[in-house]
This record gives sequence, C-alpha cells and structure tokens, in this order.
Amino acid sequence: MSSFTYDPDWISTLGASFMTRAFVAGLCIAVAAGVVGYFTIARQSTFAAHALAHIGLPGATGAVLLGLPVSLGMGVFALGGALVIAALGKRASQREIATGTVLAFATGLGLYFARMSSSASQQFQSILFGSILTVTPDQIRGFVIFDVVLLAVFAIVYRPLLFSSLDEQVAQAKGVPVGVMNVVYMAILAGVITIAVPAVGTLLIFALVITPAATANIVTASPLRAMIVSTVLCLLAIWGGLVLATMFPAPPSFAIVTLSTLFWAIAKLVDYLRRK
Amino acid sequence: MTSHDDDRATRPWTQEPVRDPAISLRDVSIRRGGRTIWSDGTFDIPAGTVTAIVGTNGAGKTTLMKAELGLIPIAGGTMKVLGRAPGQMNAEIGYVPQTYVSEIDSSLTAEQSVLLGLTGTRFGIHPVTRKQKERAREAMDFIGIGQFAKYRLADLSGGQRQRVAIAQALVADPKLLMLDEPLANLDLASQRATVHILAKLNRELGMTIQVVAHDLNMLLPILTGAVYLLDGHPHYAPLNQVLDSDLLTHLYGTDVQVVTTPQGDMFVTPSLDRPAGSEVDVHRPDEVAEFHRHGHGLVGHGHMHQLIGLRRGGEDGADDGADGSAGANADGGANAGNDGKDGAR
Repeated sequence: MSSFTYDPDWISTLGASFMTRAFVAGLCIAVAAGVVGYFTIARQSTFAAHALAHIGLPGATGAVLLGLPVSLGMGVFALGGALVIAALGKRASQREIATGTVLAFATGLGLYFARMSSSASQQFQSILFGSILTVTPDQIRGFVIFDVVLLAVFAIVYRPLLFSSLDEQVAQAKGVPVGVMNVVYMAILAGVITIAVPAVGTLLIFALVITPAATANIVTASPLRAMIVSTVLCLLAIWGGLVLATMFPAPPSFAIVTLSTLFWAIAKLVDYLRRK
Repeated sequence: MTSHDDDRATRPWTQEPVRDPAISLRDVSIRRGGRTIWSDGTFDIPAGTVTAIVGTNGAGKTTLMKAELGLIPIAGGTMKVLGRAPGQMNAEIGYVPQTYVSEIDSSLTAEQSVLLGLTGTRFGIHPVTRKQKERAREAMDFIGIGQFAKYRLADLSGGQRQRVAIAQALVADPKLLMLDEPLANLDLASQRATVHILAKLNRELGMTIQVVAHDLNMLLPILTGAVYLLDGHPHYAPLNQVLDSDLLTHLYGTDVQVVTTPQGDMFVTPSLDRPAGSEVDVHRPDEVAEFHRHGHGLVGHGHMHQLIGLRRGGEDGADDGADGSAGANADGGANAGNDGKDGAR
C-alpha cells in the first residue's frame, strides 16, 4: 500500500502535454460551472443538478458499449433528463424524492451497462470519479465551443433568466416566458454537467458546479460578482488540485474536490464568526 | 364594459372623471383540474380603492388574483382588468406574491431586486442606466427602505424583504397593486408598517390596491371594500356594507363578541379560552351590525373597531392608517351604491 509521498519531479510533470490539456480543460469547465452554479442555487435546483449527472451515467457507459464517445452518451442522457425535468416544471426540480429515486435507478442502470463489456467496465471508474488527465484535444475543442455558445446564450437571456430564477411568479406576471427560461436553463445545465464530468466524474460534480457558487454567494452581494468569484474559485480548485495531485501523487479529482470544499468551509466559518 | 365607456362619454362635464372600474367581473367562473373553484363572480372594484379578498383556505383567493393576472384561464364569463382582458395590462400591475417568506441563498442586493422590476423582462445586454437606478431609489425611499439598498436580501428580515418586493412592484409605476397575504408571517410592527405603506400608496399615488388576506383585522382601517369568497361565489361589498348583519352571519355563522379594551371596541369570534375575569359582552351578529350602522362610524372615529378573522383579536393597529382611510373611503363611497347590490346578492 502506498502512503503519502512527495514527487520531487512535479514541476517537469506539470510541463507534460496532458497536463497542459488538463489546465485548459479546467479553465473551460470553471467558466461554465461558475456561471450556471449561481442560477442553480437561485432556482433551488441543486439536487436536480446532482441527479442530472447520474442520469447521464447510463448514457456514458452505454456509449462505451456501443463504441461511441463517452461525452456524447453522457450529453444525450443528461439533456433528455433535463428536458423531462423542465417539462415537469420548476417545481419538479425541487421534488427530492422523485429526483433521488430516478438518480438511484440511473446509477444502477449505468452499472449494468458498464458490466456488459470489459471496455465499459474499465472506463466506469473514470466516469464516476473523473479523469481530467486523459482529456483529449477533441474534447477541449468541444469545451471551448460549448463555452462560447453558453456565454452567448447567457448574454441574451441573462435578465429574464435571473428574474425568473429569483422570482418566478412575478416574472411570469410581467410577461417573462418562464417555461422557455426553464428549458433553456435545464439544457444549459445538462451541457455544463456533460463537460464537467471528465474533470471530477458524476459522483463529485456537486463540488465543482454548486459548491463554488455557494461559496461565492457567501462572499459577494451581487449576481454578476457571484458568477465571477464562483468561476475563479472553481478554477483555483481545479488548477490547485492538479498541482497538488502532481506534487503529492493523488487522484486529481480528490484534490480538486478537497480544495473546493475547503474554500466553502472557510467562507462559512468566516461568515459565521463575522455574524457572531 | 361598454356601459362604463358610455358613462364617461356622456358625462364630460363632471369635475371628477368617472373612472372605469379597475376590475370588472360578469358571471366569471374558474375551474381547475375538472373542479369548479368558484362561479357566478359578478362585481366591479372601483379604481382608487383598497380591497381585501377574504375567505377560508382553499376558497380561491389567490386563484382570483392569478385569474386577474391572466395566469389562470377563466372557464366562463367576462373579466376586465384595467379595461382589458386579464393579462393584457400586466405592465400596469404590480404583483407581490407571498414568496418573500422563503429563504434566499443567492447573493442579490435589495436595489438589484427592485431593479429587476424595471429590467427583468428585457432580453439582450442592457447595462442599468442611471435613470433606472434613480427610479429604484425613489421607489425604495417611498417605501422607506432606502437605507437597505445595498444590503443583501438574505440579510434582511421577512418584513424588510416584503417591502423590497413592494418596491419592486412600485418601480414600474403600476396603476394596480396586488398583494397575496402581505401580512402573513410578519410580526406586528412589520404588519403595521405594511398597512401604512399601502395606505400611503393609495392616498398619495391614487393606486388601486387589492390584498388577499386571511384576517381583516389589521387592514380594516384602510379598506374601501372587500371581496368575499363564500359558498363558492365571490361577492363584493363596499366597507359600509361589510358590517351588514347578513354578511356577518354569512361570514362567521356564529355569534360575534364585542370586547371593550383600552384601544376601543373590537369584534371577536367567541373563543373557547376566555381570559379569567374578563368582561365579555356577547351580541348576535345582527345586533353588532346595528351598532355600526347607527352607533359609530367605522372611519374617522376615535374608537377603533376591528373585524376579527380567524385569529384572536385585541391588538392595536389603526392609528397609522386611520387618516389615510378617510380619503380612501370617501372615494369608494361614491361608487358604493351600485356595487353593493352586486355584492349583497
């Protein structure tokens, strides 16, 4: 059993091309997660976000089974799940029992698909826990395109989406198409989850999409600032996690999630002490 | 309604313009999921008035408000809100739902929340202008929450958050303000502050106000009339008929007590738990109505009379709103005769 070690060659490891790709992927993921996290919390849909990653799981392992890209299967299932939740209305995303049940079933189905072939079985753990070090140049291209589309869509829907997320009834009365906003938001969420899974996997995604946004909500007072701070925190967690995992050989997902959780815990503690 | 248009057209010489009713219903019924929530809704709510919508839980109070906003379709009849079909004049309507009671985890300042009332429906990139900020500031100052502009909503109390929600509705300059249970879950001081704000909006801005309420108690000093949802039908009555014996009997189906306290007489429904040694003077509903028709006017009077809904009475709460209500009632009185017939039916 290997114990806690220090790799003295960590600086040269950081220079490797797979590391560069991991850092670039981290940046893309941080931008997407930082923006969508604020809305997820405002819409009280954090559990739905967590569930979507798990709904994507059978898609991911099923894709491996069929010889298709993991992200494609993940994305299709997550989007399908997102649209079903959107069709049921914003309230549905707050229904914890139904969501949790579907989450468990989807995870089980993912396991079933994974066990049907040896290649899917091999990839199962990296889908669950992420493998940011194996991101391919093609995936990165996809991430960049997604980020550009995401920011463009947000620029268009920003205020109505914000209004309907914070105050759905008033927004609806004022003529905001809240149903459309819900579909747009859920589709975006499915996309963000699809690109964030390679970093930390379906099980740990909460710590990357929701936790930095929650931390940002504690330390900022405005939505835009919260999104920027959230993106920075997410980036610090991923990049810092990559560096730490290289210095002290450990799974990057573990280091990333640990940092994200640590930031949140510190913010909570400081906030608590300040209020006292 | 064409008849109202005729009124306006044929009486151009009147000093006061004859205002169309803010809300007008003719034989309106509402069905939800195959069940009729209420039917035979026929009444006019005059513009410039303060109206409560009262009724027991599930009677369809919020449903009425949502139908007026066009968020729920009506199953039959015709409804006009500010002269148009429901939903068409929503830009002129400020709506304050009961959401301010829920916890807010998101970072958002009071000012930004108010600004959403101006900018929240606009797609595309629109930086907030200075003019918009000024309007938000004016609305907050009017409501008396200017000092909280930069506070996070999460750091405000329920009452303060509710005032932010009212400011958000106010910033778009509505003609009609609709509030759903604005007094529920608020402490007494906040309830009084809210009633005072509503009186001020009605008196100084001439705003028509509609309030879904559980309890008329606090609102009574500023009310012009009330919509009662009873027996599956909404009725409207101006305040001078609210205390009609039939209506009281209808509302409570029980005797009404008049309790004399240092604050004045109050109506309460009989309590099973009577404070030891208290003097209780029990009257039947028609007697109580008699007192009020003849004995003392409800408004502009030193005493205070309160109609207790579902809660034990005895609290103060009229002085802030009392002067405001005189104006509001004079206004409503002009329209009272006509509307009363509909309401009493």
